[in-house]
Amino acid sequence: MTLAALGIDVGSTATKLVGVTAAGDIAWRRLAPTAPRIEAQAEALLAEARAQPGGERAPTVATGYGRKLVASATRALTEITCHARGVYRRTGRAGTLVDIGGQDSKVILIGAQGQVLHFVMNDKCAAGTGRFLEVTAGRLQLPVAEMGDMARAATAEVPISSTCTVFAESEIVSLLARGTPVEHVVRGLHRALVHRVTSLVRSLGPRPPYFLSGGVAHNAAVAAFLGEALGAPVERAEEPQLMGAYGAALSALEP
Amino acid sequence: MSSLGALRFHASVSLLGRAALRLDRLRTEHKLARMKSAGPHLGPPLMTSGWLKELISRHYLTGRYVRGVRKVAWVTSGAPVEHLKALGYYLMYPENHGAVCGIRRWGERQCLAAEDAGYSRDLCSYARTDFGTVLSGQTPVGRLPPPDLLVCCNNICQTVLYWYQVLAHHFQVPLVLIDTPFLYTEARPHMLAFVRKQIDAAVEVAERTAGRSLAPARLEEVMRLSHEAIGLWLKIMQTGRNRPAPITAFDEFIHMAPIVEMRGEESTVAYYRALLAELEERTRRGVGALQAERKRLLWDNLPIWYRLRPLSESLAARGVALVASTYTNAWGELVERIDPTRPLDSMAEVYLHPILNRGTGHKLATMARMLKEYQADGVLLHSDRSCKPYSVGQMDQQRRLAGELGAPALLLDADHNDPRAYSEEQAENRLQAFLEVLGA
Ligand code: SF4
Repeated sequence: MTLAALGIDVGSTATKLVGVTAAGDIAWRRLAPTAPRIEAQAEALLAEARAQPGGERAPTVATGYGRKLVASATRALTEITCHARGVYRRTGRAGTLVDIGGQDSKVILIGAQGQVLHFVMNDKCAAGTGRFLEVTAGRLQLPVAEMGDMARAATAEVPISSTCTVFAESEIVSLLARGTPVEHVVRGLHRALVHRVTSLVRSLGPRPPYFLSGGVAHNAAVAAFLGEALGAPVERAEEPQLMGAYGAALSALEP
Repeated sequence: MSSLGALRFHASVSLLGRAALRLDRLRTEHKLARMKSAGPHLGPPLMTSGWLKELISRHYLTGRYVRGVRKVAWVTSGAPVEHLKALGYYLMYPENHGAVCGIRRWGERQCLAAEDAGYSRDLCSYARTDFGTVLSGQTPVGRLPPPDLLVCCNNICQTVLYWYQVLAHHFQVPLVLIDTPFLYTEARPHMLAFVRKQIDAAVEVAERTAGRSLAPARLEEVMRLSHEAIGLWLKIMQTGRNRPAPITAFDEFIHMAPIVEMRGEESTVAYYRALLAELEERTRRGVGALQAERKRLLWDNLPIWYRLRPLSESLAARGVALVASTYTNAWGELVERIDPTRPLDSMAEVYLHPILNRGTGHKLATMARMLKEYQADGVLLHSDRSCKPYSVGQMDQQRRLAGELGAPALLLDADHNDPRAYSEEQAENRLQAFLEVLGA
C-alpha cells in the first residue's frame, strides 16, 4: 500500500511511527523505546518509513514531548490534538478521551465533529501516569505487561493510601514485609492509579462515552476499574499506543 | 532633616539624577524611534516607554537618598495612600519592588535568602522577595529606604498581615493595619463606616509620624490627581478593545507601575495622558501591538514576571494578543467610586472594593464582561502558586467560562515571582495544545 502521510509520536517512554494511506488507514507502523538521542532515532525511524512505497514524498507531522526535535517533520502538533484525532477517526463519536501516557495523563473532551472542546492535564505528578505502574512494578520485580492481568485476577486488594509514587513504593515495602500477598498489593496499586485519573475526568464533568488511549490502555485492569469508578464502560482504543502517531499522520494528510 | 542629607538628596536626585535620567530618556526615545518593531512578531515599540523608564528610575533614585529628607512609608499595593501622599511621604511598595526583582531575574535569589532565614517556601513569593531584600540588603535598584511607618491593608490577602508584622518587628516602626471586611455581596453602610474610622485613625498616626497635620485642600488635590490618573489608565486599557489592539496586557504589566506607586502625582497624570494619546494615534492608524493579530485572549491573575518577554513573543508568534487582564483592570475599574470632593469617604469606598476583596462570583462576572467588551476568544488563567486569593476558584471559573460562556480557558501553573514553581516545557505544551484548540 502506498503511504500518503506519516505521523511520529516521540513520547517519554516510546517513539511511535505510523504511515497512512490517502484514505487515512494505517498501512505501516513502528514502535521503539525512546532512545536518549531522540533526533537520531526519529530520523532513523523516519528513513525506514520513507523507504516504503510513497513514503519518500509523504508529509510528516510530529507530536509528543520530543516533537520539536524531529527536524524533518513538516509540522508539530501536541498530543492533545493528535490523540483526539486518532481516536475520533476510529470511533466516530463524541465523548471523553482519557489518555494515560508514560509521564502524564490527559482528559480530552471530543466534540461531535471530532474537535477538541476542552482538556485537562496531569503533568505535575507521576501518580496517575504510566510511570506509577513502571516504578511500582520495578519494586515488585514484576513485568509491567503482566500487572494488569494479575490485578484483575486478584480476589482481594489492599488500599494504597499514598498519592505519591515515591511514597507508594515505600508503602509497598512495608505491606510486603507484613506478608500481604503481592496480587492484593497490585490490585490496590491499580485502584490508586485509577483514583487519580478519575478525579481528572470528573473535573471536566461526566461526559460518556469514555475512551482510553496511550500505553497504559493495554492494561485491562485500568480500563475495567476506570469504568467501575465512572459508572460507564470505558472503551479501549485499538492499538492505543499508536493513537497519537495516527492522529499526527491524519493531520499530515490535511493540506 | 539633617542638612547633609538634604544636600546629598538635592545634589544626587534633584540636580544630577534628574539631568542624567532625562538624558537617558532622550537616548532611549532616540533608539525607540529607529526601531521598526519591539520584537520579531511585535508591532512598533511604545514611544512613551522612555518616559516610563525615567519615572520608575527617578522613583527608586529618590528612594535611595530620601532617608532623613522625607518620611518613608512602606505600603501594601491596596492600601489607602492619598493621605500619606498629601503629608509628603515617600511611598515604597514592596510588591512593586518585588516585580522589579522578578523582571530582573532576582526573584529566586531573594526568595532563597528568605528561605535561608527560615521562611517557608509556601509563603507568597512577594513576601519572600521582600524579606530576602531586607535581610540581604541587596536589590537591583541600589538601596531601599527603611520605613518610618508601615501601612498594611488586607483588601488583597491575609498574607500581608503577617508580612507587615515581620517588617514592624524588624524595623521597630509603627504599623497601621486597615481591616477591610470581605465583600461576599455588596458593601453595607456599617462596613464603609468601619473602614472610614480606620482611615481616620491611620491619618492620625501618619500625622504624628510626619510631625505635621494633613491639609484638607492638599488631600483633595492628591485625590483629584489620583482620580484623573485612574481614569486615564482605564481609558488606556480600553484602547485594547480595538482591532488590532494597540496595546497588550504585557505592555500594561509594565506601564501600570505609576498607577500603583505614583498615584496622586502631576507627573503620573502627564505621563498617562501622553500614553493615551500615543495609543489613540496608533488606533487611528490601525497599528497593532502585534504585527498580525489573529486571536485575542484575556489574562487572569498576576503576570509571570520572569517570563514576560518569552511568553509575549511566543504568543505573538502565533498571532495571539492578550488584549486585557483582570489584574491591570483592577487599577482602573474603581474610578467611578472616587469623588475627590469627599476624599476620606471615597477612600473607604474604593479600598473596600478591589477585586481580591470580593467573591469569586464577582471575578467570574468581571471576566464575562471583559470577554464581551474586548471581544476575546478565550482566557488564560494563571494559577499562581503564591497568590491563593487570586487563584482560588479558577478551576470552577475555567469550567464555567468554557461551558455557559463559551470561552475556552486554560489553567497555566506558575508563580509570579518564584521561577522554581514554573516548568517551561509543560507550560509550553499546555499553551500550544490550548492554542490548537482555539485554532490559532
Ligand atoms: S498573596 Fe497575592 S495578594 Fe497577597 S501579597 Fe502575595 S501576590 Fe499579593
